[in-house]
Amino acid sequence: MPRKMRHVLWVAGLAVGLAATSAQAGEKKELMSGASGQMLAAQCDGCHGPGGASAGPATPNIGGISKDYMLEVMEGFASGEVPSTIMGRIAKGYSKEDVAKLADHYSRLKWVPAKQPFDAKMAKEGAKLHEKYCEKCHEDGGKKAEEDAAILAGQWMPYLQFTMADFLSGRREMTKKMKKKVKKLIKAKGEKGLHAIVHFYASQQ
Amino acid sequence: MTKVNRRTFIQATGVAAAAGVAGMPTVVLGASKKVVVVGGGPGGATCARYLKIFDPGIEVTLIEPNKQYHTCFMSNEVIAGKRSIEAIRHGYDGLKKAGINVVHDRVAAIDPAKKVVKTAGGQEFAYDRCVVAPGIDFRYDTIEGYDENAIKDVPHAWKAGEQTMILRKQLEAMQDGGTVVICPPPNPFRCPPGPYERASLIASYLKKHKPKSKIIILDPKGKFSKQGLFKAAWKKFYGFGTDNAMIEWRGGDQDAGVVAVDVASKTVTTKFGDKVKVDVLNVIPAQKAGKIAHVAGLANDSGWCPVNLHTFESTIHKNIHVIGDASIAKGMPKSGYAANSEAKVCAASVAALLNGKEPPVPAYVNTCYSIAADDWGFSVAAVYRLAKDGSKIIKVSGGLTPGDAPPEYYKREVFYAHSWYNNITRDIFGG
Repeated sequence: MPRKMRHVLWVAGLAVGLAATSAQAGEKKELMSGASGQMLAAQCDGCHGPGGASAGPATPNIGGISKDYMLEVMEGFASGEVPSTIMGRIAKGYSKEDVAKLADHYSRLKWVPAKQPFDAKMAKEGAKLHEKYCEKCHEDGGKKAEEDAAILAGQWMPYLQFTMADFLSGRREMTKKMKKKVKKLIKAKGEKGLHAIVHFYASQQ
Repeated sequence: MTKVNRRTFIQATGVAAAAGVAGMPTVVLGASKKVVVVGGGPGGATCARYLKIFDPGIEVTLIEPNKQYHTCFMSNEVIAGKRSIEAIRHGYDGLKKAGINVVHDRVAAIDPAKKVVKTAGGQEFAYDRCVVAPGIDFRYDTIEGYDENAIKDVPHAWKAGEQTMILRKQLEAMQDGGTVVICPPPNPFRCPPGPYERASLIASYLKKHKPKSKIIILDPKGKFSKQGLFKAAWKKFYGFGTDNAMIEWRGGDQDAGVVAVDVASKTVTTKFGDKVKVDVLNVIPAQKAGKIAHVAGLANDSGWCPVNLHTFESTIHKNIHVIGDASIAKGMPKSGYAANSEAKVCAASVAALLNGKEPPVPAYVNTCYSIAADDWGFSVAAVYRLAKDGSKIIKVSGGLTPGDAPPEYYKREVFYAHSWYNNITRDIFGG
């Protein structure tokens, strides 16, 4: 068999194989339908903004999000482990494969920092506190989307405040590392210290 | 045995394989890709924008008579004095920047045989596929004494803009102790929770500025959208169910729906026969698909447009798609978010069909916020998929804000409602 012909057959076979796999997946799924990442994400952008870049004042930016964080938080919304107003009701509709496609889609997009007012003095104080208590996991001033860290720099301030309130009230569980650091910070600076850090994240535009 | 020429085999398989694996658009040589979108509301504007996103090679023309669009969503905040009319006004520069040909004219006819859209201004636009998003029109004939001439005195305020401001000004002019009557329409209608959010926000205004006033809702229906959440909020903020209730709701079981209006004396007559004298009257009549849908023969006896739920192509006329409030999107409500969601599914289907491909697997979402008082909002959400036989759009998850949610969460929902507005309007109009 000529080489070119073999190649063509192999590619055609692969295409057929892929089609078969997605057809099987379609049969099994009772949740979302196996739509593409682009189709699924288009339906999220109505609330989160085109490209997942939110115009605020509170709905979080998700364009440029860490893939691992998105997988984790969507699973948490669906199970109820991560408290939410509306996302728990929505996240339950998506299969693991759908969430993986969404995470892949949004993690490839550009993070657009929120344009929002902040207190410069508090931000300055917050920068120091971030360095001491948060930088180890939320690297580069909270800009990095590596592993399961949420991007904090340039996130909408009310969202950061809501999330922190859920952590502090115990509605949302902190990781052991985070719990230890937050406890230390509050002991040293009170909740004011946390507010200062939020202003520091908001200041990075 | 059929003789397969090796070269043709390689060509055929090669093209199919490349298209399947890499997702390359199949190029149909010589095929034009012209889409005319009729209507520049949430459905039409979103569809035009996403057609360009899914295939920049499509020539998209959007025809809309008005140079500015006022969103119905958040117009209740304008009526209550919480938001300016400018803050719900949007232009079409974002669409123009996206390469869409925006034409301000009124579509007078669509010829499905010749595939041409004709405007009142005498222009003609040929299309390969047409997307019709005309929103709603009113069935004035269902209420005696009410018609298009009456809306300057008795606004429906169910298409935002001038109508919104008429209702706002009447509320401002009303004396303390006045009676406001809201007459919601029968199902199905645009924005199912809208009349009840309107009652809530008007109460919020009256409570602060005219506390002796009262709102009566005369409803032809026995129940309504987000009823439990609205009634709980009315109890909490407006004395609902007590002698001092600022909001009173009379439902279908009392035959409370309005059958006649006397515009001059501002008196309404209910189906039961009660006559209510009113200071500010808001009549939202029964509805049907927007006018052009009827002119173009896209609506059935129900007054709405039957469509294929995967492509939103009309089941009456080929190559014409209908989205938003005007369509019968079995399973989805007539909401702004639903129109935006359907527009994306429709745009992806139209882009695929124009490129000789199968429409992609659809996904649909609805999210809808209502604000009932300062710091008190709630929502309904749904994620949907298409039924395997295509007969309906099935909810796979969603629901209402839980009644026992902490007060802090109701407050957050107001922040998210305002964010929702800012984001969806950018998604619709670009910018």
